[in-house]
Amino acid sequence: MAGKRHPMHHQPTDQTIGLGHGSGGAAMQQLIRDELLSVLPGQNPDALEDAAVLDLPPGRIAFTTDSFTVQPLEFPGGNIGHLAVHGTVNDLAMRGARPLYLSVGMIIEEGLPLDTLRRIVASLGEAAHDADVSIVAGDTKVVGRGQADGIFINTSGIGTCGPHAPSVAAARPGDLVLVNGTMGDHGVAVMIAREDLQVTADLRSDTAALYSLVEPMLAAGGEGIHTLRDLTRGGLAAGLNEIASSSGVGISVDSRAIPVRPEVGGVCEILGLSPYAVANEGKLVAMVAPDAADAVLEAMREHPLGADAAIIGEATDARTAERGAGATGLVRVTTAIGTTRVLELPAGELLPRIC
Amino acid sequence: MSIAAHCRELADQIAAADPPPMTIMEVCGTHSHAIGRYGIRQLLPESIRLISGPGCPVCVTADSDLDAIVQIAQQGAIIATFGDMVRVIGPRGSLADARAAGVEVRVMYSPMQSLDLAREYPDREVVLIGVGFETTTPAIAVTVSDAASTGLRNFSVYACHKLVPPALEVLIADPDCRIDALLCPGHVSTIIGANAYEFIPRDHGIPCAIAGFTPLDILLGVNSLVNQIVSGEPRVDNCYPRAVQAEGNPKARAQVESVFAVADVDWRGLGMLPDSGLALRAEYSHLDARTRFDLAPPIEIDRGPCICGEVLQGKALPTDCPAFGSACTPQSPIGPCMVSSEGSCAAAYRYGG
Repeated sequence: MAGKRHPMHHQPTDQTIGLGHGSGGAAMQQLIRDELLSVLPGQNPDALEDAAVLDLPPGRIAFTTDSFTVQPLEFPGGNIGHLAVHGTVNDLAMRGARPLYLSVGMIIEEGLPLDTLRRIVASLGEAAHDADVSIVAGDTKVVGRGQADGIFINTSGIGTCGPHAPSVAAARPGDLVLVNGTMGDHGVAVMIAREDLQVTADLRSDTAALYSLVEPMLAAGGEGIHTLRDLTRGGLAAGLNEIASSSGVGISVDSRAIPVRPEVGGVCEILGLSPYAVANEGKLVAMVAPDAADAVLEAMREHPLGADAAIIGEATDARTAERGAGATGLVRVTTAIGTTRVLELPAGELLPRIC
Repeated sequence: MSIAAHCRELADQIAAADPPPMTIMEVCGTHSHAIGRYGIRQLLPESIRLISGPGCPVCVTADSDLDAIVQIAQQGAIIATFGDMVRVIGPRGSLADARAAGVEVRVMYSPMQSLDLAREYPDREVVLIGVGFETTTPAIAVTVSDAASTGLRNFSVYACHKLVPPALEVLIADPDCRIDALLCPGHVSTIIGANAYEFIPRDHGIPCAIAGFTPLDILLGVNSLVNQIVSGEPRVDNCYPRAVQAEGNPKARAQVESVFAVADVDWRGLGMLPDSGLALRAEYSHLDARTRFDLAPPIEIDRGPCICGEVLQGKALPTDCPAFGSACTPQSPIGPCMVSSEGSCAAAYRYGG
């Protein structure tokens, strides 16, 4: 078949990724050596071995995995490389675990510009370095055009647990609800980039690694921090509904206390979306015992990732939470005019409306 | 004074008027959602019942049109549409189903994006789904005339635009309808003007108030309707003068009239209504997807217990539907009122009625 061209397949050039890069041959070795290993931190003599051999401190470990796909691959405030690191280290941090090691698997669509890959991998390396985590295992596959969307990245992470592991099922009535900053920044920034909306506001993704914030929170609040949840897909609304149903509590929040950047609120208003249902990549919600809440809030505000931290509500007894007509009704929000309504679990794809 | 305090003050005024039992229909889906989102019913006396009308453009799109749109998609055209239309289930499934099966559906924020799409894919047919009331139509009209003047050959529009006043006339003339007052749509009124509703108090004795979409706007509208009913002097009260003028926007209407002609159109729940919608004028017939594609006759769909048609006419509440909240939810909607973010069932589900 040598020399025969499939009409859909472009020959590999030095400008884009081709199927040859995934063949296991020389092109692939060059790609891994020149483009991937050289910019990733934590590489060790085992880098080209079949498996990494790791030293782990004694005690329990936390282990998680996540896959990443986003369009556009690069957006104001970050790219898919940042997300792939932050998403997984944040999942570890939400169990109170210090992230140590990551694996990175990439599925690259034929035709991805090499420069784009370089920027993504550089960001991945930079994000891992900043999060103090080592990338110790990796895999790269190349698939034909149309079989992926530019690049898909999977990362798995290992971290060491501290003495206390917060849980989504551990919130209790009376807990205060804390967030570390403004809601919806990531989702709106990506949407504007994807749809090429003509918005002049400076809207950037909030993508960030949260362990450095979680560490002082745990130091301040200890076992008083019952639950930590990162507010990714589905935003605050999904996070609160998951906590309420897993913990068997009601949750009541006040929209007047929930931080939302005015420009994010404005874009959401135009598109018919709720900033509470839009994704974040550097935000968490904490359910904290009332006697620990002030200390935790103070610790958050002293950290750059928690400068806009706020107490936005409290957990209630689920039996007294008012029921909505159709939704579970466990989470309620007080509106700008002092009335209350159900804060529903977002349904499916976020679609902009007609008028 | 805070917005909350202003709202309370207006709510106190409304209560102080001691309103008799009354049913107010908010015509516009955006009003339904704002009422739910801000919990406005909690501020009103129990004697005031707010019901949703036929003002969600997705919800009133007839099955025959949904069927044709999916057929066009299945014939290989790229469909350019507003997001709300994607998940509405028609006789041949939804556009989301068609997309999962491989057809191309692009969600737009502005209809002009469909022209860019047609230029980007000169070898493909690009079909713009024109849905909406008087507010949306001018932008579609501009898009169509732009396509015509630039000679785009691979672009067409499937228009199912509808007009608000004829639908209101049918609703209030129906002897089964028990609407005491109308909260008229703010955005539509910026185009058609306050004068367009004059026939309603004059010929039918029903008060009208045009309102904007903040909680205060809506309460101002309700307050006006209560005062009109208590005083027995129905009229058209423009409570949204910062956006709406008596004459509306003649320039936008002229743009629409140059591209579209008034026609009989099919409404979900209301059926075929004379002179209640818009069709492309003959000089734009080459851009009409209805004639450009070979469409099979529409097939019927069994929506089981769904009563969206009744809900759209204000004859039933979403919660009256046996499917509401069980078989029909925003995650797996049966009827269009549950699909669109503006639908009355979606509002009732999300915000708890």
